[in-house]
Amino acid sequence: MKTGSSFFQLLGQGSKTFLLLVYALFALFPLVWMVIMSLKPDNQMFSTTFIFSPTLENYDAVFLRSDYSRFFFNNLCVSVLAVVVSLVVGVPAAYALARFQFKLKEDIAFTILSFRFAPEILVILPLFLIYQKIGLYDTYLGLIWVYQLITLPLLIWILRGFFEDISPDIEAAAQLDGYSWWQVFLRLLLPLVRPGLVAAGLLCFIFAWNSFTFPLLLSASNAQTSTVVALRFLASDTVHYGQVAAAATISALPEVILALLIQKHLVRGLSFGAVKG
Amino acid sequence: MSKLVSLSEHPASPPKTELSKPAAKFAKRRAIRPYLILAPALLLTVGILIPFFSAIYLSFTDFTLRSSSYTLIGFDNYTSMFQNPDFWHSLTVTLEYAVICTTVEMLVGIGIALLLNEDNPLSRFLRIVLIFPLMIAPVIGTLIWKLMTNPSVGILAGPMRLIGLGDFKWGAAPDTAMFSLILVDAWVYTPFVIILVLAGLRSLPKSPYEAALIDGGSPWFVFRNLTLPMLAPVLLITLVFRLMLSLQEFSIIFALTEGGPGDTTMSLSLLAYNRGFPFYDVAEAIPIMLFLWAAVYLISFILIGFWRKAQARAAGVA
Repeated sequence: MKTGSSFFQLLGQGSKTFLLLVYALFALFPLVWMVIMSLKPDNQMFSTTFIFSPTLENYDAVFLRSDYSRFFFNNLCVSVLAVVVSLVVGVPAAYALARFQFKLKEDIAFTILSFRFAPEILVILPLFLIYQKIGLYDTYLGLIWVYQLITLPLLIWILRGFFEDISPDIEAAAQLDGYSWWQVFLRLLLPLVRPGLVAAGLLCFIFAWNSFTFPLLLSASNAQTSTVVALRFLASDTVHYGQVAAAATISALPEVILALLIQKHLVRGLSFGAVKG
Repeated sequence: MSKLVSLSEHPASPPKTELSKPAAKFAKRRAIRPYLILAPALLLTVGILIPFFSAIYLSFTDFTLRSSSYTLIGFDNYTSMFQNPDFWHSLTVTLEYAVICTTVEMLVGIGIALLLNEDNPLSRFLRIVLIFPLMIAPVIGTLIWKLMTNPSVGILAGPMRLIGLGDFKWGAAPDTAMFSLILVDAWVYTPFVIILVLAGLRSLPKSPYEAALIDGGSPWFVFRNLTLPMLAPVLLITLVFRLMLSLQEFSIIFALTEGGPGDTTMSLSLLAYNRGFPFYDVAEAIPIMLFLWAAVYLISFILIGFWRKAQARAAGVA
């Protein structure tokens, strides 16, 4: 009896591990293969699978001999600046939603959240016309502004949760000690929520960086970002598959690193604070 | 809690009846402060949504990008949308895409999360690396799958030939395009379900399980009667997020099939994009997106109602 049950336990454990490995292969192999492709020289692209002489010539071609680096830089600038703008206006807003009691509070909070789930095409259609009229089409400023729909709801909702976790007593004590509201906010609260601030900021950056529909339709040759241009690599006449893979790798790498930095806060971030990880 | 909040807001304010003039002014400033703090954030986002109202106005005109003059035509764009078979086809595609993607991702995600909810080196490693597909841009993910399924350099051509599917055309053939899209969507978003469900599993209280263990309940009985009800809030909120975003999915479909071949994968977002951009019929495109927007809101509103109930119930179980 005893040996029988341990045999079935072993079988159960084995099939669990097997299922996990199958899923891991499905999830991770495409990424591994992308890196392999990006290291393959053009002349070995069709004849080899895993054994080849690796080269950095694709990266060289993508980064130094094409204007991909300019679009990469565009994406970096637009995403970083969008996060900075969101931090400046969003951190105080998150604090206000966490601490003050006022009329329409929940309505305002949900309105801000709902911006994240407005269909992008619906926002873009009229914005396309207006941006062209007021000169924001194909500019950094235009993209930074529209990216607020992605970054601001995310930042406010994540940080609201972090502010709510801090006991109001701490603030009350500091205010009784004679510190002004601003001093309490800057010197006491911001350092306390710093882990949340970093996580929320980085997650906002990732989502801004990944944005595709907004830069596709609201920018052209000037402010276009690398996500849009990477897709165009594949559509060009003479396809250099290795370069496509290199462009994809360059675009994906920063995010993999950032994801590792914020994994502790990822659950809270991805669920807008609804699930506390 | 609310007592503490009011304490922090009025640390030393005297009772209301004794307010002196400057103190009254001070109290008034306090009352409007939250609105002032919120104003910039609201202005930035509402500012970008003002075009939204001009969009509603334009949807009642015959506006196109091809001509500079336009006139009000009432509900014509709406009635012609509902009479157009393209719209109904796209609605079917959208629902098919969203329902299948969400179902597959929820089922696989819950399954993998249950398997990962154990402390061993493999689980610890996978919990970290499995989020990579979720973090990279969906378009880049789609690009990788496009390369993998490419008939000349793609790695999948060989294995597919081995299992007798050598002429599998992935996104390029009408009967496999939807399957390919769902595969890519599941690759990108299943990790989302996994990590949310995992977080939910790890926050479950231990004591009901110990009680169930003593009572000798089967694993299925425990899952059905303990885990599932306590996990319901997390599952519902995950479902809301996945359903909302998959109903609107644009970038994966645009990058892989552009709604094709023909119009086999022409979802409502793609249909509106095609009307609005290559063909410039903005006024015809807007009603399509307004319809989708209203549908998404209605569905999520209902599901969030369930979520609130489930939260109350889960609190009762725990």
